[in-house]
Amino acid sequence: MKRAVPWLLTFVAGALMINDFFVPHRTHAAITQELQQWGLIVVAFTYVLGMANVFDLHFKKIRRGSSEALYSIVLVGSMLGMAALGIFHDHQGEQSPFIWLYNTVYDPLSATMFALLAFFITSAAYRAFRARSTEAVLLLSAAILVMLGQVPVGAAIWGPDSFLGGFPGLKDWIMDVPNLAGKRAILMGAALGAISTGIRVILGLERAHLGGGK
Amino acid sequence: MTARRSWRERLEFIDRRWLFLILAFAIVLPLVVDLPLPLYVSPMVQDLYDAIEDLPDGSTVLISADYDPSGKPELEPFHLALIHQLAEKKIKMVMYSLWPAATPITEAVLAEAGLTTDYGYRKDVDYVLLGYKEGQQIAMRSIQKSLKGTFPVNRDGTPSNEIPLLQHYDTYTDFAMLINVSAGSPGVKEYVQNVQSITGVPMVAACTAVSGPDYVPYYKAGQLLGLAAGMKGAAEYEKLVGRPGLAMAGMSAQSASHMLLIAFIVFGNVMYFLARRSGGAR
Repeated sequence: MKRAVPWLLTFVAGALMINDFFVPHRTHAAITQELQQWGLIVVAFTYVLGMANVFDLHFKKIRRGSSEALYSIVLVGSMLGMAALGIFHDHQGEQSPFIWLYNTVYDPLSATMFALLAFFITSAAYRAFRARSTEAVLLLSAAILVMLGQVPVGAAIWGPDSFLGGFPGLKDWIMDVPNLAGKRAILMGAALGAISTGIRVILGLERAHLGGGK
Repeated sequence: MTARRSWRERLEFIDRRWLFLILAFAIVLPLVVDLPLPLYVSPMVQDLYDAIEDLPDGSTVLISADYDPSGKPELEPFHLALIHQLAEKKIKMVMYSLWPAATPITEAVLAEAGLTTDYGYRKDVDYVLLGYKEGQQIAMRSIQKSLKGTFPVNRDGTPSNEIPLLQHYDTYTDFAMLINVSAGSPGVKEYVQNVQSITGVPMVAACTAVSGPDYVPYYKAGQLLGLAAGMKGAAEYEKLVGRPGLAMAGMSAQSASHMLLIAFIVFGNVMYFLARRSGGAR
């Protein structure tokens, strides 16, 4: 019973959503619309679950007084503070404390974290991108051509009006032919895999998502 | 006493903070010293611009802005130029986001573009900001059934049924075009798979440079009418719109950083082969 009911729910919901692509009937559309609304509500509840999990994890760290407790205090404090400002204050306009914190704390911190990638890539370019094999040489050559074709300095060195379209032309060819072929193969393979997994879940052949067993 | 390292070993195992410092200079210097470089417009961005230009003046488009501050340097310049191109054609806009941190960015972009102050757009009449909706692909599919059902109120709390602009627009196919500005998932891939391929709504997109190669198949298949990838795509689009902005200004910095990375790759490999010849390479 513990496994049959969840499987039945999965089957009904999954079959309805698949049929939605093929059945244009108004009643069927109304049912799937209602199911999607339930889905949106369930997703919203996962935020509550996520918050409870974060609280549980970080309160444990704070209670233990571990070396990471300070970070946990900052995390929990920030989360509660932003939530309170968003709920109890106006969250629109430059004057709102919520937007002020967003603009002055969240925005620059988030951009900084992403910008650090450039430095790690630089270090990796110097130390790790080695032409150890034929495949690595091909990969490096393609990477260098795309990098040159991607920026204006590449066009300044060997322009699009030159032989083979210059660096931009070579970049476009790499993106449009070998890259496209590889990406299409990956997309189709992933789509077929997703379809087969979906069918297995709906038919109850794949039950790992129900938990509690092998 | 440790053996004295050769110059090759010292270069191979150079403290990476020197590399970081050189990169910082390579990025900052071109931002300070203006380096005029030719900007080649790729067919994908030209097609994106043309697709929007071909829209009838006064039509209405749906814009899903799905990015956060980490994607701003690449996507915000495009977003800003997009608002200018649409506003110059008097195209009405219905905007929302499936990313929680995107709505404040959209508000800032609208203010910077001067949508209400310079172009005279009226809120809820010429443009609507619906705000954020959780649910990712479920939300996308739900909008296909009913935009007003998915967003019962707009960003200000006004009921969607009372918004003048939404009186005749409720699903993707009611709009002249779907425009997605996306830094990841949910974004272009999900919109093509869940919306465009089912409804056939004309769609264009802007994405981060790292996602660009993933979405080229959709452009080549005609599912995307145009695509602007990364800061380069945004710079090309700024050039076409005639609004040089942060993306065009960043092109010389990006050029310098790419050249530096190539130099590091070549130099690192020269060190590697020298070490291999002397029997020290791993």
